[in-house]
Amino acid sequence: MLRLELRPQASRTMTFVAPLLAIAATVAAGGVLFAALGFAPLPALATFFLSPLGDLYGVTEWLLKATPLAIIACALALGFRGNVWNIGAEGQLIAGAIAAGGTALALYEVSGLWVLPTVLLAGVVGGAAWAAIPALLRIRFHANEILTSLMLNYVAVLLLAWLVHGPWRSPEGYNFPETRMFTDSALMPLLVEGMRLHVGVLFAPLVAVVAWVILSRSFLGFQIKVIGMTPAAGSYAGFGPNRVIAFTLMFGGGMAGLAGAMEITGPIGQLVPTVSPGYGYTAIIAAFLGRLHPIGILLAALLLALTYMGGDAAQIALGVPLAVTQVFQGMILFFLLAADVLIRYRVRLSLPHGARR
Amino acid sequence: MKITRRAGLGLALAMGLFGATQALAAEPLKVGFVYVGPIGDHGYSYQHEQGRLAVEKHFGDKVKTTYVENVPEGADAERVIRQLASSGHELIFTTSFGFMNPTAKVAKQFPKVKFEHATGYMRAPNLATYMARFYEGRYASGVAAGRLTKSNKLGYIASFPIPEVVRGANAFTLGARSVNPKAEVRVVWVNSWYDPGKEREAAEALMAQGVDVIAQHTDSAAPVQAAEEKGVWAIGQASDMSRFGAKSHLTAIIDDWSGYYIARVQAVLDGKWTSTDTWDGFDKDMVRLAPFNPSTPAAVRDEALGVERQIKEHKFHPFTGPIKDQSGKEVVAAGQIVPDSDLLKMNWFVEGVVGSIPK
Repeated sequence: MLRLELRPQASRTMTFVAPLLAIAATVAAGGVLFAALGFAPLPALATFFLSPLGDLYGVTEWLLKATPLAIIACALALGFRGNVWNIGAEGQLIAGAIAAGGTALALYEVSGLWVLPTVLLAGVVGGAAWAAIPALLRIRFHANEILTSLMLNYVAVLLLAWLVHGPWRSPEGYNFPETRMFTDSALMPLLVEGMRLHVGVLFAPLVAVVAWVILSRSFLGFQIKVIGMTPAAGSYAGFGPNRVIAFTLMFGGGMAGLAGAMEITGPIGQLVPTVSPGYGYTAIIAAFLGRLHPIGILLAALLLALTYMGGDAAQIALGVPLAVTQVFQGMILFFLLAADVLIRYRVRLSLPHGARR
Repeated sequence: MKITRRAGLGLALAMGLFGATQALAAEPLKVGFVYVGPIGDHGYSYQHEQGRLAVEKHFGDKVKTTYVENVPEGADAERVIRQLASSGHELIFTTSFGFMNPTAKVAKQFPKVKFEHATGYMRAPNLATYMARFYEGRYASGVAAGRLTKSNKLGYIASFPIPEVVRGANAFTLGARSVNPKAEVRVVWVNSWYDPGKEREAAEALMAQGVDVIAQHTDSAAPVQAAEEKGVWAIGQASDMSRFGAKSHLTAIIDDWSGYYIARVQAVLDGKWTSTDTWDGFDKDMVRLAPFNPSTPAAVRDEALGVERQIKEHKFHPFTGPIKDQSGKEVVAAGQIVPDSDLLKMNWFVEGVVGSIPK
């Protein structure tokens, strides 16, 4: 019988070997999946993982897609460490996009180097303000922030829809739901000419470093960790959870807002009804896939971004249906999370108790 | 570790092979399609997919088609469109309004690739637009609905307050009131193109208000199914949805892109493709009515089909005055026809619509 045995300490070797095992398992199971559906397994896998990164454009798009995931996930991870469950990053991203977009439209006639920083700052404030609502409800009324932050996502979606269908609608847009295209002053400067990758990608490592410093070098980070492990211990030590709740929710919201602001001032260039393909939700997966550690999250964001691009590439190059690519993406996550068991447990072969005699 | 490295080698080898097969297959004309919904929606994206399949059937080996479904209308669309353009697709159809700016951007970067964007207004030498006059089908189905209603309350499940949807609701209302001046149309916005749950709720809310004919400008068959359970009439969207409501499915307004897609592919093959602005309806069979339910009274059916024929032969235009707006003010004088330029940006409801356009 296979038996799982708790290790006295988490295994350092397994921390590194587990993801590799997961990748091997994914490649094997993915190969079987593709073969069963009549696609040659190796070319299919190569299309999925390698072809999206075959040229400079692919690499820049990869980084562009991973950026919002990494920024949001790094910020959310702080809250998750401290038992604050912010599920509302999608809404906070949209609120940030609304605030940033409104600022960009208000400064439509203005040009200057300060326009873009103002727009981005508005995004951060917008996202943080949106997250302040569940923070307030939790601190003041003990309302569960999982529910309140999640439900505010739908409110943000509708608010954005109302704005772009109504007051902020482009006067030149034939009454279609879109704002005017932002002027150059409000657009993110590009990193590579002709590509969509913009300087915002640099925020991803920056936020990761900030998150790391907060967590491991500050008293606030200490409070987050203590409250995350045993909420009661915090109050014995003389600090309540309120500061941690307020900070982690609003930091997560602010960074989601920044990501939203950079989407609309980067690749999109205007406010439209859909500004995010669900980055706020995917970032939750990225945070846990990266084991709530900034470096792990950066890697997880890159991996998730690659799986989405691989899904597109497989549809385009091979005609693999979307449902199959989604099953495959699910398999990757499944194996990665399953392999994590090996870090804290070891597998033992033993006879069941009944058969021992 | 070993396993991983070997797999890596295999992948690298496979990449080489993969590249080779791609080069060999470069001969047929590659045509790409980008859909906003899943091809299984039985509505809008499903019908575009039927068009793609018709292209494959018609041209056989001469073309190779590719589709990407469920593409979000946001930053991702541009990448998908560009991937199609850079992987040898010479003609690319992007089928949703939200793909307009991304399509225009990619079209600028790939001047030799031909792009076609559905429902938008941006054009370029290598970017054409196309759209169907769905409102013609809505008017004709409205005529039947106006005759069949007993409560004089018709329901209209609307997606987003964009001109195309407003136009459709207006045409349906004008059609119904042309035969039944007492008819009123209740519009419910569900803020989605495809959300079976919300569409069903909207249908149930309408039926609870006494509505006995439901039309929809959303893509799932959920409203038809809800109507079937309650025994009221429903008008399907985009494809023939009669299999979802044997008793209740009155007719459907079918989008038929096959003819257009085949013609455009042929134009590229002949080297005669130019950037055009197409807005066809009954006349080119881009819009059709699905067969009426067998239990429809013959007089009602024949009257609606008669209207269809009139529109098809350009003897009648659904937006012919006098037309009043919701406040009762005459907006279009008797005998006048609303020009296309005004239809394209329509953002007001005609008299008889109950509900408002979110502003």
